[in-house]
Amino acid sequence: MIYLDNNATTPADPRVVDTMIPFFYENPGNAASRNHPYGWVAEEAVDYAREQIANLIHVDPKEIIFTSGATEADNLAIKGVFEMYSRKGNHIITCTTEHKAVLDACKKVEKMGGEVTYLDVKGDGLIDLDELKAAITDKTVLVSIMYANNETGLIQPMKEIGEICEEKGVLFMSDATQAVGKIDVNPKELGIHLMAFTSHKMYGPKGVGALFVNRKNPRVKVTAQMDGGGHERGMRSGTLNVPGIVGFGKAAEIAMKEMKQDAERLSKLRDKLEQTLLANLEECEVNGNPAHRMPHVSNISFKHVEGEGLMMTFNQNIALSSGSACTSASLEPSYVLVAMGVGDELAHSSLRFSLGRFTKEEDIDYAIEAVTKGVNHMRDLSPIWEMYKEGVDLSSVEWSEH
Amino acid sequence: MAYSEKLLDHFKNPRNVGTLDKGSKTVGTGLVGAPECGDVMRLQIEVDEASGKITDAKFKTFGCGSAIASSSLATEWLKGKSVDEALSIDNMEIVEELALPPVKIHCSVLAEDAIKSAIADYRKKNGEAVEAAASSEKA
Repeated sequence: MIYLDNNATTPADPRVVDTMIPFFYENPGNAASRNHPYGWVAEEAVDYAREQIANLIHVDPKEIIFTSGATEADNLAIKGVFEMYSRKGNHIITCTTEHKAVLDACKKVEKMGGEVTYLDVKGDGLIDLDELKAAITDKTVLVSIMYANNETGLIQPMKEIGEICEEKGVLFMSDATQAVGKIDVNPKELGIHLMAFTSHKMYGPKGVGALFVNRKNPRVKVTAQMDGGGHERGMRSGTLNVPGIVGFGKAAEIAMKEMKQDAERLSKLRDKLEQTLLANLEECEVNGNPAHRMPHVSNISFKHVEGEGLMMTFNQNIALSSGSACTSASLEPSYVLVAMGVGDELAHSSLRFSLGRFTKEEDIDYAIEAVTKGVNHMRDLSPIWEMYKEGVDLSSVEWSEH
Repeated sequence: MAYSEKLLDHFKNPRNVGTLDKGSKTVGTGLVGAPECGDVMRLQIEVDEASGKITDAKFKTFGCGSAIASSSLATEWLKGKSVDEALSIDNMEIVEELALPPVKIHCSVLAEDAIKSAIADYRKKNGEAVEAAASSEKA
């Protein structure tokens, strides 16, 4: 089985799992137990992991708030800022291609009486900086723009957004789930004040994530979204997931050492995959601006072929994702691609390849062969491919919408 | 999601893929669905004028595995049936045969629509009253 769905989750690195195991058995303590050695060992391990994670993103360990994952960190940042800064204003700016964790948290903010502006993206998937500038009002408390998109790998212009937020005096939050541990991410340099990320996208365990919260210039605070023991400087109550945090820390340490070489290797493999598929198959399009992309991601639409059907030709052997409606719970095609103006038909026809640390060149060679074969097979079955080949203008056909 | 053996068999070995001459008087063609919706089915029948029986059926489908399997199954069922018998094929029979999960029931509805649409086309060409519209209320 070849795994090319690393944007969904990455397999844990065995070195990560090895560091976690003692914290289930020999060291089972609660990091909040202050009066016996089990607690001290756990607390020390958490502090060490906090340092490893802080080092990866060049921040102070005190600025790391542990959560259950990036979804919780996104929620904490958005709702927490909205509540904490309610006297300053009630307006948040985000964009239409954000992850659901951000979009749905913003919807909740609207229900709580806030106002949210959803910026459109341009055809290349990036936001328009002038639109962002124009959207900021004296009521704006937060701009939330993702670092890299989960479906396309597109990297938003973080530095420029940070500068605009600095100039206008609003907080800048970023969902950096897909970027941290894959490329060098430096929130302080970019003017990011809050940043959500997670362990299981960087070869660590699932169920643990973090929110970076800037402590100085400006000192940022968020209102806790869960009431309890006041852990994590009062911002996130709940017993810390010690083995998970230890694994997250180890994953961060490994990423720091290896992400550069991983990225170089994977971008070569990604380019090989993309270029060979585009050479083998006519009528394919890469979605998103290739100059602003994560090194390990490729999103391609194969015209006149439906994505789920295409995946079924090889899904016993290759795992990946599609923007097809048939693979989503909502039965709508990828809203990210649709927001980019890709069109529903091409969104249905898209596949997302996301490579990872354990992807080998022979995996890519196999995937190229299987996808080429699959697309050709599905096109032989496709009436619209036949019509296209006969020169029928598909936009002139009166389709029966259903 | 895990699909039934029958569905996977129809997907991997689709029956009756192809194209009949849509200009022929003995051929009825149904084209249903829309590319923006992620499914387009084209189903064709060839009718023997003397016996009124469907002698051949072909399909091509742009869609997910369930849509392809539903149309493949439909062509198998159509062959040998009279036009009237074919009209009585109900989408729920396809759902049962392929064990379609609830989110895929629309694929079977589309296949039923395609059958009705192909028959309507055949009848129109042959001057018969078209009482069976291609639309279905079941979606």
